[in-house]
Amino acid sequence: MNAPAYNFAYLDEQTKRMIRRAILKAIAIPGYQVPFASREMPMPYGWGTGGVQVTAAILGPQDVLKVIDQGSDDTTNAISIRKFFAKTAGVATTTATEEATVIQTRHRIPEAALNESQVLVYQVPIPEPLRFLEPRETETRRMHALAEYGLMHVKLYEDIARFGHIATAYAYPVKVNARYVMDPSPTPKFDNPKMDNCPALQLFGAGREKRIYAIPPYTQVVSLDFEDHPFEPYRFNAPCALCAAENSYLDEIVTDDKGGRMFVCSDTDYCEGRQAAGHHGSLSAAPYKEKAQEASNG
Amino acid sequence: MTTIAELPPGFADKVLSAQSTFRSVMDAMARPGSVQRIVPGAGAPGAMMRGTAAIALTLFDHDTPLWLDARMAEGPDVLKWLKFHTGAPVVQDSSIASFALIGDGAALPALERFALGSSEYPDRSTTLILQVESLESGRPFELRGPGIDGTAMLQASIKPFDLFERLHLNEALFPRGIDVVLVADDAVVAIPRTTRVVSKGS
Repeated sequence: MNAPAYNFAYLDEQTKRMIRRAILKAIAIPGYQVPFASREMPMPYGWGTGGVQVTAAILGPQDVLKVIDQGSDDTTNAISIRKFFAKTAGVATTTATEEATVIQTRHRIPEAALNESQVLVYQVPIPEPLRFLEPRETETRRMHALAEYGLMHVKLYEDIARFGHIATAYAYPVKVNARYVMDPSPTPKFDNPKMDNCPALQLFGAGREKRIYAIPPYTQVVSLDFEDHPFEPYRFNAPCALCAAENSYLDEIVTDDKGGRMFVCSDTDYCEGRQAAGHHGSLSAAPYKEKAQEASNG
Repeated sequence: MTTIAELPPGFADKVLSAQSTFRSVMDAMARPGSVQRIVPGAGAPGAMMRGTAAIALTLFDHDTPLWLDARMAEGPDVLKWLKFHTGAPVVQDSSIASFALIGDGAALPALERFALGSSEYPDRSTTLILQVESLESGRPFELRGPGIDGTAMLQASIKPFDLFERLHLNEALFPRGIDVVLVADDAVVAIPRTTRVVSKGS
């Protein structure tokens, strides 16, 4: 270890025990938010303190860690957290999804299919899906206790009444194991289907809000919708400009001040892998027409 | 009388042994019915199996009231060992325990006597750590539920024989309920409250 002044993976053992007990309860009650005594971490709230604490509690010397931020391995947040664990736990790190045993993520699920030996750790800003509909914790807790989720359906209905379609584009609410409505963290709704029946264990950590929740492997995760307005994943209607992928989630990148833009895979590892395998995109921003269903981002 | 020096040791490497034990228990909980191994890194007192001792060192501390059954509480060994290595308070009232250590499954009290959590806080429940004879041979149980791809087969020799019948209460109570961790020496199987038995042999 490079930083012998710290315990393995930074957190002290008592804290890890507390987090580990919360993780076990979270797995036993899929989708239920287990309160935990979140610690201050050497990074600000909003930078993934919840995910970092979960990762620190599960990480072992044998693990290979990958950290992504909006699909990218190369952003400040991802690099910082990867370095943090390389330093405090001495674990091997990677950017390749297939090689990783623990993947900490902010706002994306990798494009490559996950397997049984992997754990996906989400950074969660606001774990309570009902919070913007009902600010009182006592009330949202009771609503979860009674499985009273009508309010969420009203919210989705109001989207339809106002915009003609469900305008929620990210943090799209899901129902886990036919019981708890859960916030999948601000992942694009494009990623929601990947959570359903996923072979990997999915853990969610919200540091500021002090909650841990989980989806066990092979668990039913359903995106809320209506019979006449079924859930639809959204994707820009374009191939990736770098690797020509037609089925990956795309970021829109503005390239000049004349309306030029390009669409590229948000998952950098997936995109680089495809380019290495000989796939090449146009590299230029063609004026692709977006689907009529384009959602507002808020 | 046992002195501290005669107590079986805790983990030689507290940090890494606790981590590897936790990952085994986490994997067991995430994949009900699958048999996970605990790398034994600690001694075990009295009626306690090596796996149970490792779990105790990994998860117990002053925040987790423990309830011991008569077999575990027999003689001072287990109590002293737990007190010295974990500092966890041992309580007489099973309904406030975070964990219950069951050495003799045949004498398992009614599950209603443990904490089942509340509808608002279903996590405030007792986790049973039940020592069993074998998790490799015995009656076959076919399990279904979150964490299981289709169905999982568990072959186990478990007392009480009607454990899974008793666990039916999890079905009616969910999300309240009891999570069970079965231990046989260094083997661990978890039966969280979401797991259902679909069929069993005799």
